[in-house]
Amino acid sequence: MKIRGRAWKFGSHIDTDAIIPARYLNISDPQELAKHCMENEDPVFLKEVKTGDVIVAGSNFGCGSSREHAPIAIKARGVACVIAKSFARIFYRNAFNTGLPILESVEAVDGTEAGHELEVDLVHGTIKNLKTGKIFQAEPIPSFMQAILDDGGLMEHIAKRRS
Amino acid sequence: MEMTITEKILAAHAGLKDLCPGQLINAKVDVALGNDITAPIAIEQFKRVGAKRVFDKERVVLVPDHFTPNKDIQSAEQCKILREFARDQELSQYFEVGQVGIEHALLPEQGLVLPGDLVVGADSHTCTYGALGAFSTGVGSTDLAAVMITGELWFKVPQTMKFIYKGKLRPWVGGKDLILHTIGKIGVDGALYKAMEFSGETIDSLSIEGRFAMANMVIEAGAKNGIFLPDRITEQYVKGRAKREYHFYTSDRGAQYADVREFDVSKIEPQVAFPHLPSNTKSITEVGSVSIDQVVIGSCTNGWLEDLRVAAKILKGRKALSNVRLIIIPATPWIYRQAMKEGLSDIFLEAGAVISPPTCGPCLGGHMGVLAEGERAIATTNRNFVGRMGHPKSEVYLSNPAIAAASAVLGRIGSPEELS
Ligand code: SF4
Repeated sequence: MKIRGRAWKFGSHIDTDAIIPARYLNISDPQELAKHCMENEDPVFLKEVKTGDVIVAGSNFGCGSSREHAPIAIKARGVACVIAKSFARIFYRNAFNTGLPILESVEAVDGTEAGHELEVDLVHGTIKNLKTGKIFQAEPIPSFMQAILDDGGLMEHIAKRRS
Repeated sequence: MEMTITEKILAAHAGLKDLCPGQLINAKVDVALGNDITAPIAIEQFKRVGAKRVFDKERVVLVPDHFTPNKDIQSAEQCKILREFARDQELSQYFEVGQVGIEHALLPEQGLVLPGDLVVGADSHTCTYGALGAFSTGVGSTDLAAVMITGELWFKVPQTMKFIYKGKLRPWVGGKDLILHTIGKIGVDGALYKAMEFSGETIDSLSIEGRFAMANMVIEAGAKNGIFLPDRITEQYVKGRAKREYHFYTSDRGAQYADVREFDVSKIEPQVAFPHLPSNTKSITEVGSVSIDQVVIGSCTNGWLEDLRVAAKILKGRKALSNVRLIIIPATPWIYRQAMKEGLSDIFLEAGAVISPPTCGPCLGGHMGVLAEGERAIATTNRNFVGRMGHPKSEVYLSNPAIAAASAVLGRIGSPEELS
């Protein structure tokens, strides 16, 4: 699957309170959550991000609370994938479980500026910066997690194994 | 094979003789926890795949503690989902308002999590139970749903970092200061994906509450879990609470560590974490003049009885400055009653405090003390991210209960040493 979109750049340690503030956690409707995605962190992003755009962030993206509302809000806001130098571990699990594509690549983050057009090949984990022409290779997804993705998420994976 | 305590607990629950860091395992879970924010999504997933029964109705624990007593209609609806699920599934460990406390204080207090357990919770501070020598870690709602159905979950075995603390603690320094200092040194991703194992002579005599506060905040360094080797202090806390068997695991002498750090605690002063990261720490003597509007003493980090006793010692016969809102939140109903019996509540009320029922409340900007634009709070909680306690332009400073109590009297961040 190929994604083509504009890069929105964020720094390191973007926490889940920044992604979706706790005051909205009594909501679980993805579309409602999406209306507040990154509201505290970057109101411009919230207003202008387009479906298919890509978040490009520093290290430890998604640190803080275990709220699955965070990847859900990002996905529902139309973001096609998140590329970061590293992810906080609960967010990493949650992203897989909720079907938000994520890729780890230090080089891709350093080689991308806000507004650059990116083409991401999720199957091969390659990220092409269409502005600079550079191609980056993300960390491979562990085969075990790939199996979860192939089944369509953790719940489907379990349902399949139990049937 | 020589293993760390974390590796041994994981191996035992995966039915393996040994294992090594990086290995992917499937392990049996002793206790699975959800709250009023995370469980509704887990329950929805549980139902969506047509699951009928939870794997064990004694071991799925639901604690509506974040926005309770229900702060608004939406919160009430979330809690209703938990209540009905608990009833349909005949869960023995569902806590209604009146019995409910902050989950990470409530579970240990009720003897529901024990040494040697493998615990997962859909809440990042599930790592708190490492204080008892358990492996416990936070997961998301979908992972919780998977565990509720199967009683198992996959894990990647973490590498372990060892933290050794030596020397005698200074006055007003406790577990909270040790962990803040440590996070200040290694950074908010200093232990990313790893286990943090705490040891050393200072730890050997550290109270169980001090250990809870330390294990609680390992997630603030990015860690998967924090863990203490169980000992006499653990035994004292657990016996009389446990209703099932438990196991004391220990780390082998030759176990492998990714890193070993040593701290001389006699050099550590009370710590304050400045906005907006828990790693932004300063010693109390370096804080300067920071005026405050609100003080919160509570949360799963420092809402324990020991914390309230420390705060009462400082507030006794004193008053919070009239323009400072002092909010005290005992973490559980038992702690609440105990605070009344010991006369702590009178001291707080005379000092001008308001005492909240057990709830997460302001810790996550939920209710019971949300900050307005430009306001500043010092809190004994664990996170000071942008907007954590309310308005995105408000500020949270983190400290231990002694500093928080003294700051209420001073109207600025300060130490008990400054009080006459
Ligand atoms: S007290 Fe704060 S950190 Fe602890 S569980 Fe509640 S919201 Fe989370």
